[in-house]
Amino acid sequence: MLLTRYIPCLLLKGAGLVKTIKFKNPKYVGDPINTVRIFNEKEVDELIFLDIEATPQGREPNYKLLSEIADECFMPLAYGGGIKTLEQAKKIFQIGIEKVVINSAAHNNLKLIGDIATIYGTQAVIGVIDVKKSLFGKQEVVSNSANTKHKFTPEAWAKELVKAGVGEIMVTSVDMEGTWEGIDVALIKRITDTVNVPVIAHGGAGNAEHLKNAVRSGGASAVAMGSMVVYQKKDFGVLINFPDKKVLEKI
Amino acid sequence: MITIINYGMGNLGSVQNMLKRIGVATKITSEIKEIEQAEKILLPGVGAFDAAIQKIDELNLRSVLVHKAVEQKVPFLGICLGMQLLTRSSEEGVLKGLDLIPAQTIKFKFDNDPSLKIPHMGWNFVKQNNPSKLTKGFNEDYRFYFVHSYKVVCDKNENSILKTNHGGEFDSAIQKGNIFGAQFHPEKSHKYGMHLLTNFSKI
Repeated sequence: MLLTRYIPCLLLKGAGLVKTIKFKNPKYVGDPINTVRIFNEKEVDELIFLDIEATPQGREPNYKLLSEIADECFMPLAYGGGIKTLEQAKKIFQIGIEKVVINSAAHNNLKLIGDIATIYGTQAVIGVIDVKKSLFGKQEVVSNSANTKHKFTPEAWAKELVKAGVGEIMVTSVDMEGTWEGIDVALIKRITDTVNVPVIAHGGAGNAEHLKNAVRSGGASAVAMGSMVVYQKKDFGVLINFPDKKVLEKI
Repeated sequence: MITIINYGMGNLGSVQNMLKRIGVATKITSEIKEIEQAEKILLPGVGAFDAAIQKIDELNLRSVLVHKAVEQKVPFLGICLGMQLLTRSSEEGVLKGLDLIPAQTIKFKFDNDPSLKIPHMGWNFVKQNNPSKLTKGFNEDYRFYFVHSYKVVCDKNENSILKTNHGGEFDSAIQKGNIFGAQFHPEKSHKYGMHLLTNFSKI
């Protein structure tokens, strides 16, 4: 039986790793290469790296750094941030990264997803849905590091992404991200009820119970974790860590 | 020395990185002359069946690969799509496979259970079906990273060395003499993958 995947989601800013809260206040948490080495030892299922500056700065991925990361990585690896063209995606795959994560580019050019999937397969493309509550409490799809709002619902966008050719969808709750307060299970459920591709739940995971809720009640195929794998505890210092296998098996 | 066939499909960097880590020398090539000299051959691959076969035929590699595998009997390992290419045909395409192991490649089909996803993507366990040098020392808790929408079905049980369950069992590693195939990605499967590649390097 296929195992649920638990995926550290690591944020790149410059050449360092940072952790944000609700997509804001990035705090330095360490060096990406060392961190990959630690996650190798811990035999984590998969890694996602997101460059949080690439799109806002309008620049391409940092291929040199990604190549150094990929060389150290003996597990599946996904990268997102600043990918706008098929050529850029090709470079990412050539480095030895097997999945690209597409968010903002899909809003500007949905065809990009199909162009990548036709050559590399749908499993090589993760579509992202970032969701944020508006002032009136309505959950809206956002992109460009939550700076751009979109009119459609998360469900509608999920359908569009699948139609365009993504093999997986990562749903991030901007409001929960970095809070340790739990994953927005209702939001995850809305997406898993709508589409049949695997859904990665992201934003707010703080303990094993949160992971369990996302999987059992939300129907997520995978959970992405940020704070809980880079900090010792909430409001404590940096400690690259990963939940014990036995704890995860019980989920 | 393991010769990795570069026909333009797949993640050669990762395979090479892991072999380097376990101390095995590699050469990546698409040159017929270099392949003729190979002591061991690794055929990687990610993507579509017909696209891969087309590229192999464009580079005129089919006959040298078959010769090395069948006549010279060098240890030969196909990974992921590279394993599917060892079969005679695939439902993914119309072109003829390398036909080195009596098996065919068919699509996963789940009509009634939405919890079974295609592609079969993620970590899954393997069960020893027939003993093999490739899987020597594997335990019950061995798991590997899979990504595929098509599965291999051997004609005969004797060629199936590992089985994996995804809506029913399929052949996740196959063997005929010196020719091996692994459906999963050892290069992305931590110490489990290192174990398999170490075994292969010692055959």
